[in-house]
Formats: sequence, C-alpha cells, structure tokens
Amino acid sequence: MPEPFIHLSGVRKVYGQHLAISDASFDVMPGELVSLVGPSGCGKSTLLKILAGLHPHDGGELRLGSAAHPFDPARDVGMVFQAPLLLKWRRILENVLLPAEILGLPARESRERARELLNLVGLQGYEAKYPYELSGGMQQRAAIARALVHDPKLVLMDEPFGALDALTREKMNLELLRIWQEAGKTIVFVTHGISEAVFLGTRVVVLTAGPARMADNFEVDLPRPRSLDIKTHERFGEYTRRIYRLLGME
Amino acid sequence: MNDKLGRYALGVLAHVALILAWYLFVRFGEVPRFVMPSPGDTLDALLQPNYGWWSNIAVTGTEIFAGYFLALVVGVALALVFTWSRLLEAFFMPLLVSLNMIPKVALGPLIIVWFKYGVFPNSLMAFSICVFPILLTTARGLREIEPELLDLVRSLKGSRWQLFTKIQLPGALPYIFSGMKVGAILAVAGAIVGEFLGSDRGLGYLMLQVQVTLDTPAMFMAVLLITLLGMLLYGIVLILERWLVPKDARLA
Repeated sequence: MPEPFIHLSGVRKVYGQHLAISDASFDVMPGELVSLVGPSGCGKSTLLKILAGLHPHDGGELRLGSAAHPFDPARDVGMVFQAPLLLKWRRILENVLLPAEILGLPARESRERARELLNLVGLQGYEAKYPYELSGGMQQRAAIARALVHDPKLVLMDEPFGALDALTREKMNLELLRIWQEAGKTIVFVTHGISEAVFLGTRVVVLTAGPARMADNFEVDLPRPRSLDIKTHERFGEYTRRIYRLLGME
Repeated sequence: MNDKLGRYALGVLAHVALILAWYLFVRFGEVPRFVMPSPGDTLDALLQPNYGWWSNIAVTGTEIFAGYFLALVVGVALALVFTWSRLLEAFFMPLLVSLNMIPKVALGPLIIVWFKYGVFPNSLMAFSICVFPILLTTARGLREIEPELLDLVRSLKGSRWQLFTKIQLPGALPYIFSGMKVGAILAVAGAIVGEFLGSDRGLGYLMLQVQVTLDTPAMFMAVLLITLLGMLLYGIVLILERWLVPKDARLA
C-alpha cells in the first residue's frame, strides 16, 4: 500500500466562534486529481488555504508529502484562483516567471521552462503580449502555467474556471486533464460545479455547508483519458446524482 | 494611425485658431495695448533686455521643479511608511487629511515669516500644495492589492520586500502618476503664489513689477512662459508614465 501524498484526519478550523471546518478526513495519492465539491461558503477554500500553508489548522492531523515524495512547503505549492490575477504591467512570459523570481530560481532555466509551459497550455506566441490582449480563458491558461513554473508537487486550484462562460469552461476542463496528464502533478481542485468535479476528478470529496463536514469521498471509476462523451456514461450520471443527493438537492 | 494624426492636427489647429481669434479681436476691436496686447506685441516683450527673462524663467522653473521633486519624494516615502505600518497610518492619515484642508495659499505669509523670501520658501509653497495629492493617491495605490495575490506570494514564502517590489509598487505606479499629474499643475500655481506674496525674482515677481508700469504685453508673456513651464513639467510626467506603465494599467 503506497503512502498518501496528502493525509488529513479530523482536521478542524475555527475562526473566533465560527467553526469553519469540523472534520475533514481524506487521503490524496501522489499524482491524483482530487475534486473538492460543495456549496458556496462550505469551507472548501479555507481547506485549500490550509493545504497551501496560508492558515494553520486548529485540530486533527495534516500531513503533506511522503518518504517517496518529500514536500517542501515553500516550493511545492502552485496556486490558481478564480481570477487569473496576472500582473497587468508584465508580459505573459514575465507573469509566468513570477514564482520562479520569488523563489530565486536560476533565471535562464526558468525562462526556458516558462516557455515550455506556455506551449503546454497552448499559449505559444503570446509570450510578449500583455494580459489585456488575452481573453479570459487564455489568461487563466497563463495562470496555470504560472502555477507550474517552479515545478511544485502540489497544485491547488480554487474554482479556476468559475468565471468563464460555459463553453470555455468545458474546453478548459479538457485542457486541464491534458496538462495534468503531461505535467504529472497532484492537483486539488475546488469547485461548486458537480459535473465538473466528476468529470475531472480521480476522486471526489464532497463537503456540506457550515461547518464544512466531509459528506463523502469516493473514487471516480471512469475511463481515461476522458472526453466530453463521458458525460453520457451511465456511471457519470450515478456519480453526479450521488453528489446532488448529498447536497440535499434531490 | 491616420486617425491619431488627424487628432493631433486638430489639436494644433485649435491652438492656432485661438491665437488667430486673439489677434483678430485686438486688431479689429481696436483694443488698447495696455488692456490686451496682440500676439505680436506679446512676443516683442521678450526683446526688453532689462526684464531678465532668462534668469526669471530659471528662478521660477527652479522653484516649481524643486518643490515638485521634493513633494514626490516625501509623498511617495510617506505613503510607503503607511503601508508598512498600519498603526502609523491610522495615526497620521486623518491628520494629513485635515492638513490637506488648509488652503495652502494661506500659509504663504507664515512661510515668509519663517523662511524670509526667495527661491527656497517659494519651493516650499509649491511643495506644500502638491505633496498631498501625490501622497494620498500613492497610499491608495499601494493599498489596492488583491488579497489572493498576497496569498500567492505568501504560499511561496516570499518576503515583504518581494511583495513590495514585484507587486505593490508596480501596481501603485498608475496611481502615483495620477497624483503626479494633479501635483504638476498645482506646483506651478504654488510657486507663482509664493512669488506674488513675497519675492525679489521670478516670473511672478516680474508680473507685479510690470503691472505698475501697465506693461501688459510683458504680463501676457510672463503668463505664457509660466504656462510653458507647467507644460514642460506635465510633459515630462506623461513621458515617464508612457515609459513605465503599460497602456492597459494606466488610469484615465
């Protein structure tokens, strides 16, 4: 039995009087893409911040990394947010390089890597453009490249496609699966899109609202590589119904 | 490109039209020279050697630029201190907002009492009138940082200095320039008011001198030169902005 890359057991988070997360327990294996799904305000973003080392947790056990995959909290986290948050005054390539600069990585290799990543996310030829010259979806691709530039072992995504239109979102889902397969990262993907969670995840963790409570945690047994066809798969429907039920919508 | 050229031509045309209207008004309205000189009379004023145009331009220019530069350094530095310490900001910011309400012109007589008259007190006048807009807009720009960008830097264990140099300061540049543009106009007014209140040199001083002799063409010329000094300063700010801030990040 291989060791999990992320291990949470009974993790709690309290803000003053408010219990934000009551008991989060789940494991993530190296290279998994785990969807964290739940209604707005259920504490999934808080959980992500705890994983990013931005907030301490107030109870329970949290372990990142394993003997085979050691985890360096300063270097092994990449983050993508709902807004691309590109720096307006930097060209795309320089935007992608930001984490490498902060970490003081060798400039030449980082540039090389940033270029490769821009190719990977389908932005070759846009290196010298400014963010405003790119569409929302393209900006988010650049943000994904930025999250990968320092070669982190863990990428945390907080509703990264939530602000995109439905078609672009589907396209970006496919892109993300391709990038994930090529980059081989462990990804924790927060969303409130139920079908998005099932479509992307190797595993889905369902949280219910206030305080966040683990409602379910199941492996998604659907063929890979996935295409949009999979949404008509019988099991896809079963999984989404399972989540809808948990969230009290059925 | 053609559109841009057209706009440029229209701008020049408007200026030429104003000068022409001025000329025609004076010429055919038979306006006396001491009320309103013609453009030609105004230019002729430059030929008066005893007005010392060059040295007066130098004096007023020094006052404007020195006061402005000082305001820029002090304004940006104070704004920086405020973003580093919330306590200092909470303590000083309300005070500065109150001080900003003082009509700076009213300080003129006091400045003369404290520092006599001359280039230095007039620079102080220019400084006092343009430091607040620069300080206030810079402080605002430095505060406007997306919390998630903060998270991004913190998740990489970035230092405060990195946060400042890579995100806060470049992010605040459009605001700084917006304050600098307002300040540039005010600095000119400040220096001239200072010269009106008490001085022995400068274009403002010259205006008071020639007013006595009703040499209106020289007064017109002085106003024109003061305006050109202001345009020079404003132009430098615009060029710097164009150079340092990419198009999309500029504030309108």
